[in-house]
Amino acid sequence: MADLEELYREIILDHYRSPRNRGELPSPPAQRTEGFNPLCGDEIVVTIELTDGVLTDIKIAGQGCSISQSSASLMSAAVKGKSVEDVHATIDTFKRLMLVHESQLEESDVEPEAVDLKSLGELAALQGVVKFPVRIKCATLGWNTLAQALEEAGA
Amino acid sequence: MIDEARVRAQFPLLKRELHGKPIVYLDSAASSLQPQRVLDAMTNYYEHSHANVHRGVYGTAEEATNLYEGARRAVGSLIGAKHSPQEIVFTKNTTESINLFVGSWGGANLGPGDVVVLSIMEHHANIVPWLVLQERLGFEIRWIQIDAQGELILEDLDTVLAGAKVLSITAMSNVLGTINPIAELAQAAHRHGAIIHVDGAQSVPHLSVDVVDLDIDLMSFSSHKMLGPTGIGVLWARRELLTSMPPFLTGGGMILDVRTDGFIPADGPARFEAGTPPIAEAVGLAEAARFLEELGLEEVRAHEEALTAYALDRLFEAFGDDLVVHGPRNPDRRGGVISFTLGDVHAHDIAQILDSHAVCVRPGHHCAKPLMRHLGVPATARASFGIYNTQADADALVEALRDATKLFA
Ligand SMILES: Cc1ncc(COP(=O)(O)O)c(C=O)c1O
Repeated sequence: MADLEELYREIILDHYRSPRNRGELPSPPAQRTEGFNPLCGDEIVVTIELTDGVLTDIKIAGQGCSISQSSASLMSAAVKGKSVEDVHATIDTFKRLMLVHESQLEESDVEPEAVDLKSLGELAALQGVVKFPVRIKCATLGWNTLAQALEEAGA
Repeated sequence: MIDEARVRAQFPLLKRELHGKPIVYLDSAASSLQPQRVLDAMTNYYEHSHANVHRGVYGTAEEATNLYEGARRAVGSLIGAKHSPQEIVFTKNTTESINLFVGSWGGANLGPGDVVVLSIMEHHANIVPWLVLQERLGFEIRWIQIDAQGELILEDLDTVLAGAKVLSITAMSNVLGTINPIAELAQAAHRHGAIIHVDGAQSVPHLSVDVVDLDIDLMSFSSHKMLGPTGIGVLWARRELLTSMPPFLTGGGMILDVRTDGFIPADGPARFEAGTPPIAEAVGLAEAARFLEELGLEEVRAHEEALTAYALDRLFEAFGDDLVVHGPRNPDRRGGVISFTLGDVHAHDIAQILDSHAVCVRPGHHCAKPLMRHLGVPATARASFGIYNTQADADALVEALRDATKLFA
């Protein structure tokens, strides 16, 4: 089935099998934030280290389905070493990619802006998720947790 | 013997396709399908007899009242109730039935120093109402534990029940499939002066249940899991017990008299049925109860037990040690609920891949998080059977799972 192959792309399965930046940073000093998806029981722990406005390190722990785990792994690779400003921008872009469906789901009338897929790099592999609306929450779990971690760290 | 072809032909939803393939419905533990005659009974009611129940004097109001009250008899007959008109309360679902029991009886009878006994395999519906009331009244909750086979540990039952006022427990686990020894539990509870409430959501649709033989005090169950419509559930309670319980939801229909300075509640089921009840749903549920009685619950059980045995054999044959099935391995100790994990493939991914084969299973914690914590698994995939399922459905499950393991190999 074509859609299923789009969902489970090789990059996604690869990040599920060998997640990047796995584990937890000692906290403190790192900021540690937990995220839950109460519907399916997925849990993610994001620990981040911020130095002079740069996200110098990030680790991901927890457990969940291939989509939530690979999305968090891809995220960690995408944001590590970036300025906080760029991290926020990446989160925004990714969430807009997912919003296409979320807004339709919730019948919101916010027009999602077009997303420049090239700017997303490997993350674009996750766009197949939008065809499976119930899985969007899986894909965004790590990202929402990272956004919350930044907020809690005051960044 | 259940005539598979004849039974299947009566369920219209089985005729539809998903993604161009015939549907393989393996989610009856969440909600069952409905036979045509249940749908027809409800349509016929709306087309010919609809009116609000009670107090109406004209012809259709009387018909509607008779259909609604008659539904108590049909449901009572299925579970062996002695005094159906006085013992069957219609609610919204199992969850509301349990809330009614906990709020009404628990609110009036529990306080500091009292003990409530539950089991670790309960659905949230039989946990959260107790936790909420506990916050208010401060009683103790004790938990019956389970062994590695997913069966209740009953060696220390007398210690657990000592001083208890109520035992509230499921007759069949919606995750493990475990069939609990309700008659034995009822005896033990009564020996300790406790009453017993049974969560029959999973047992009433699949097992022969007789509340008098079991000697239980109350039982909650849902229409939508027993071939009936959504929107209606049942609380059965022994007549004397129901009479002693104070009102729960209040308003019209549940009173004898109302003045500006007080009210007198109605007797019997009416006391607990405030507002316009789910009339069409009661008509549909009654038809579902008659359908099940005509099939015979012994026959239903025999069919589902054989199918469960077949499915477990095929699954283990195909996946060996990669497959972990929670709950008893022995089909005569369990219902047709198979919760499993398969290698490294997460339950969500399993369910997603199965969907592309039109195989409907449910991933997740199945509203039993204390049990999932005990099992040490965050989520399982659950395939569950109804009378309309066949060996071909079990084969389709195995084939679709092969595809999932290939994708994640
Ligand atoms: C054992 C058990 N109890 C209670 C419930 C709750 O039923 P309902 O959602 O119909 O209230 C369920 C169904 O999910 C169940 O399986």
